[in-house]
Amino acid sequence: MSEYWPLAGILIVVVGFALRFNPLLVVVVAAIATGLLGGLDFVAVIEALGKAFNDNRYISVTWIILPVIGLLERYGLQQRARGLIEGMRGATMGKLLVVYLGFRQLTAAIGMKDIGGHPQAVRPLVAPMAEAAAEKSHGDLPDAEREKVKAMSAATDNVGLFFGEDIFFAIASILLIQGVFESAGYPLTPLQLSVWAIPTAICAFFIHGGRILAFDRRLANIPPPPGEGDHPQDGGGAPSAFTLGGRESDSLNVPLHPAADASRSPSPKGEE
Amino acid sequence: MITYEWLYILAGLFFLAWSLLSILDRSNTKRWGNAAFWGLLSGSFLFGSHLSDFGNGILVLAMVAIAGVGGLGRSNPDTTSLEDRLNFSNLLGNKLFVPALIVPVTALAGTLLYNYTPFGETGLFEERRETLILFGIGVLFALAAAMVWLKPPALAAAEEGRRLLDSIGWAAILPQMLAALGAVFALAGVGDIIGGIAGSVIPEGSVLLTVIVFALGMALFTMIMGNAFAAFPVMAAAIGIPLLVEGYGGDPAVIGAVGMLAGFCGTLMTPMAANFNIVPAALLELKDQNGVIRQQIGTAIPLWVCNVIIIYVGAFLLWN
Repeated sequence: MSEYWPLAGILIVVVGFALRFNPLLVVVVAAIATGLLGGLDFVAVIEALGKAFNDNRYISVTWIILPVIGLLERYGLQQRARGLIEGMRGATMGKLLVVYLGFRQLTAAIGMKDIGGHPQAVRPLVAPMAEAAAEKSHGDLPDAEREKVKAMSAATDNVGLFFGEDIFFAIASILLIQGVFESAGYPLTPLQLSVWAIPTAICAFFIHGGRILAFDRRLANIPPPPGEGDHPQDGGGAPSAFTLGGRESDSLNVPLHPAADASRSPSPKGEE
Repeated sequence: MITYEWLYILAGLFFLAWSLLSILDRSNTKRWGNAAFWGLLSGSFLFGSHLSDFGNGILVLAMVAIAGVGGLGRSNPDTTSLEDRLNFSNLLGNKLFVPALIVPVTALAGTLLYNYTPFGETGLFEERRETLILFGIGVLFALAAAMVWLKPPALAAAEEGRRLLDSIGWAAILPQMLAALGAVFALAGVGDIIGGIAGSVIPEGSVLLTVIVFALGMALFTMIMGNAFAAFPVMAAAIGIPLLVEGYGGDPAVIGAVGMLAGFCGTLMTPMAANFNIVPAALLELKDQNGVIRQQIGTAIPLWVCNVIIIYVGAFLLWN
């Protein structure tokens, strides 16, 4: 049994996340426990952690895009994104996110995975657009539904990226698969692998796209929140944030997100 | 030659500025915590390459201690009102999108030019590091363009950046921390143990059940590690290659490619994939930290089933 002790670190992570301890704390406790149980001494564990953190600094470099996004938000980038959607005839949240899903998959499939992303595309553009489109069709939304619209925008970016990028043969995950099989004596070409990402990509488009459309239909049946006098959608599309937040500076922090970027996040080690 | 070290110094200076601005922000009751946290991260970027591993480890522990005791506060630097923003957005129009596009376009066009034209022969960038370096250059271009065009107050870019950074808070370094955890797991042999367990639960003689255990192992191990890259070599070595390819004669290309995608389904369902699941929840200021994951589960599970079917049909029924 004792050879299974290092797995305690996994248990710590699962329990720690479930109990909502600070995730950084959970990760460090798990790392130290795993290292000690794996036979390292305390100093060696701290060294391993320090070295790995230092080697992975490139992951956090991407936050340097925040001033760009913040500055543009200061001058109305999110409002412009909303305005673009409000001015469009027939724009619905469902259509918008399905189009974004397809766009994200296709661009990732030709290697342009840096075009979307949460800080640089979802927060400043996709989420405000989806919210504006949902309000346009369904009126003011209860907070819980508004949150779901935003979360679905982020989810759509992830699904589009994950199930598009492997169609591009020069991507890290394809190269990893190739490397693993080659060292086991099965030489494969990246193209042989990447074509097999296509069936899953198609399934992902229909499954996630279908769920987006079902969500949009479900929103139509949800009554607007009580106690709202005028509905912004009648007034030419002022974002609902205005009516909700008494003081405008406060409402800034609520439903509109300024956007940030992380543009191309080199995902932690690049992978999903 | 431009290397990652240049980027680290650039990022270190950004975080240093955010640390200093945090000190000056009297509206944030936890300003010293913010200043210390971002100051330590700045130190990691500026001096990490010159510190010992142990020194870097202590730096990590200090950052985690600050975050762990709730030492980070939310700042609220002066900015424009919603009304101002709406006016600006009408005045400036769709040109507002241009500076935002400079970054990905620089990264993408630069990478393509560097790889497919003689530009690459200049050896200007560290090998295989050009995209992220070009991203950094794109940020500087975009910032310069926005400053020249919009003429904001001198500190506005830094302060707006700080507003966003503080809205993300400690989650900003979670992806990097999880990568570090993965390294410690690897050192302690966690992958080998998991592979051994997965290899021992396989029923004899059933191709479909073996495919299911392989795909399930990919998804579950990916959920534990937060990314499919860590799971793939382990599952391929434990099940994919010895059983599916060699034992049952399946097509290695399908097993490899779609096995990885089964792992990606796991990525959609785990808070350990912080970059994709937790950071966006913070960026979008969701009340539920797991809000993004909740929207993804309904896609991930049926898609995982599709992957099992694709492996079974593509690697076995069609192949043999």
